Amino acid sequence: MKILMTGNEAIARGAYEYGISVAAAYPGTPSTEILENIAKYPEIYSQWSPNEKVAMEVGIGAAIAGARAMVTMKMVGVNVAADPLFTVAYTGVRGGLVLVSADDPGMHSSQNEQDNRYYAAFAKIPLLEPSNSQECKEMVGLAMTISENFDTPVMIRTTTRIAHSQSEVELKEPSERPIKAYEKDALKYVMLPAHGRARRLAVEARDKRLSEYTESVEVNSIEMNDPAIGIITSGISYQYVKEGVPRASVLKLGLTNPLPKRLIRDFASQVEKLFVVEELEPYIENAIKALGIKVTGKELFPSYGELSARDVREKITGVPGPNLEVPFQSPMRPPVMCPGCPHRGVFYVLHQLKLIVSGDIGCYTLGAGAPLEAIDTTICMGASISGALGMEKAHPELAEKMVAVIGDSTFCHSGVTGLMDVVYNGGNTTVIILDNSITAMTGHQDNPSTGKTLMGQPAPKVDFVALCKALGVKRVTEVDPFDLDRVKEVVKTEVAAKEPSVIITRRPCALIIKNTEKPVEVQECTGCKVCLKLGCPALSFDEESKTVLVDTSLCTGCGVCTKVCKFNALRKAGESNE
Amino acid sequence: MSKITNVLLVGVGGQGTILASKILTHAALAQGYQVKMSEIHGMSQRGGSVVTQVRMGEEVYSPVIDPGEADFIVAFELLEAYRWAHFLRRDGVLIVNNQKIVPLPVLIGKAQYPATIINDLKEKFSKFVEIPAYQLASEAGTSKSTNVVLMGTLSRYMDFPEEVWQAAMEARVPAKFLEVNQRAFVLGKQFDI
Repeated sequence: MKILMTGNEAIARGAYEYGISVAAAYPGTPSTEILENIAKYPEIYSQWSPNEKVAMEVGIGAAIAGARAMVTMKMVGVNVAADPLFTVAYTGVRGGLVLVSADDPGMHSSQNEQDNRYYAAFAKIPLLEPSNSQECKEMVGLAMTISENFDTPVMIRTTTRIAHSQSEVELKEPSERPIKAYEKDALKYVMLPAHGRARRLAVEARDKRLSEYTESVEVNSIEMNDPAIGIITSGISYQYVKEGVPRASVLKLGLTNPLPKRLIRDFASQVEKLFVVEELEPYIENAIKALGIKVTGKELFPSYGELSARDVREKITGVPGPNLEVPFQSPMRPPVMCPGCPHRGVFYVLHQLKLIVSGDIGCYTLGAGAPLEAIDTTICMGASISGALGMEKAHPELAEKMVAVIGDSTFCHSGVTGLMDVVYNGGNTTVIILDNSITAMTGHQDNPSTGKTLMGQPAPKVDFVALCKALGVKRVTEVDPFDLDRVKEVVKTEVAAKEPSVIITRRPCALIIKNTEKPVEVQECTGCKVCLKLGCPALSFDEESKTVLVDTSLCTGCGVCTKVCKFNALRKAGESNE
Repeated sequence: MSKITNVLLVGVGGQGTILASKILTHAALAQGYQVKMSEIHGMSQRGGSVVTQVRMGEEVYSPVIDPGEADFIVAFELLEAYRWAHFLRRDGVLIVNNQKIVPLPVLIGKAQYPATIINDLKEKFSKFVEIPAYQLASEAGTSKSTNVVLMGTLSRYMDFPEEVWQAAMEARVPAKFLEVNQRAFVLGKQFDI
């Protein structure tokens, strides 16, 4: 049976068909839907981990124990998981182990554009690059074969256009779910330096065997056509090549670490002009150049952003397409905090108090945009708290003008260690945990503080108050983020305190609660526009009547705007006019 | 259809472009075409500009439509039609829901919502089709079926038999909303352009 699937759905299907027993991940666009879809197969144990390093280690443990395991993450997650990854590359596995890294060329929803193919070369592990959903599924099977035959973790690298594009997939019946017996093997799995040195040699020997294997593996193949143009490519770029220059001869690479050097030489000798088409870094190109082969790649294509069929056609054939100017100027439509979002009022207060805000990764990063413009830094998951400590150590007087903001899921991910550092090293940092009881930005996944697992089982909730106190924070305050006066008072007090403090703002994400409030009402608006500084999509200004309008189809009746209105013109529904 | 047909669905996060594209791809697949679809979500879930690309034909490689190559743009909102118009071929069909959803920069007074969108688009594209899809959806029973009204309008230009569309809706629309969406589809299809 053939059906349309995204790359992520197809990878999940591959996990089902090719015997994966354990799957772990931390959500991150564009990888999230892999685990969400694996969770639909009850045959596979699947879980959200607090972060990517933990997920990787769960996968490693399962593989060492003898099961086939899959770990998935977005590309920056591999930075977090790199520590275990580089060493499991030495130990090898018992059951097959595959890491899926979903890269994001064009930075549709990421803070950088790193090309994770280098991780595979760096860690000396095999790398697979699918070019459509069918290959996504099949490469899970190939990853298992390679992993178990060569005793190595395997990386599958997708990109946004693979992960989130649908194409046809032929479904098959699942194979067995083999779980090998566990046996202690300390020389192999205890990476003491002496053991590690022996495994280091094993890695080199494995790399040699893989270098032979990659020459003849089916996913590396030549499609001979017009010998005037030869193109070496991989992943989504293959699709752009086939469409952009259909007459070209193509060397399509599916296993891109190690690269098939003989096959590349062979192909290069058969074509007149050789090109490499790859998104982001010159990963394949540099390797070809190192072989002394003349090839054109990044001279034509940028090492940033996405490519397209048109790019490939124009650059390879040298014939420019029609000049397409953008005819109209359109105002931007950036993503915004939703109506009723519990974060909005908090950022309004931070903006009002003119505080320096050390930010983090989540929906609340949207607090950086106009009109709130209340975030000073955003680097990576967890950096808000540790970054604030560093700022304070550089400028001690900033401690009284600064807060760190972090969501519940991100705090669990890597905020806890930062807070421990604040306490340990005598910081005065004020941390606001924006607890909306969900991992919201990636589409509402559970986490250790929500009370539910990926497979739908009830779970204990992390008690943030007890956790912060156990870390040594004496000042922990909980506050309702809709109560702006109280939020303001608490923030002022805690920022002034000469010791670490944590403020927990608690309200569930507006998208996960069943709202029963009626829309806010407007009476006798003076047109002062203060409420517009909240940046609520439900509020607009009517130039004719010079009053604020409430879009009742959007307003959730959260009432935050009624708290900022100085003239009592905005009111919760039903509140009297007295 | 020996060549590839490119359909770009553009709108605002929450308008249901994804469900619309699922109905369209289901129908195209049933019609025997190779189909690819690409969507960008993530940040765009939060009321941002969203775009879904559908390509169908005998052999389709890239899942992405280049500027100037869309045969159809189905715009769920006026400003989004304006923003993405350069993706349309000169002789392409531009189907526009004449609904306005004002973006935040305009709400807070930092930008103007262009006043001449419909006239500008009419002038530039001969096959401009304006549909009051939001109103038609409300007539059908719920404004949430705006997306399916627009699929009804698009269906006039596709060579899929009626039963293929019906089967696609049955497969893709949750059962309890099927009837209202079937009404919405008919209203979009029969609207006097």
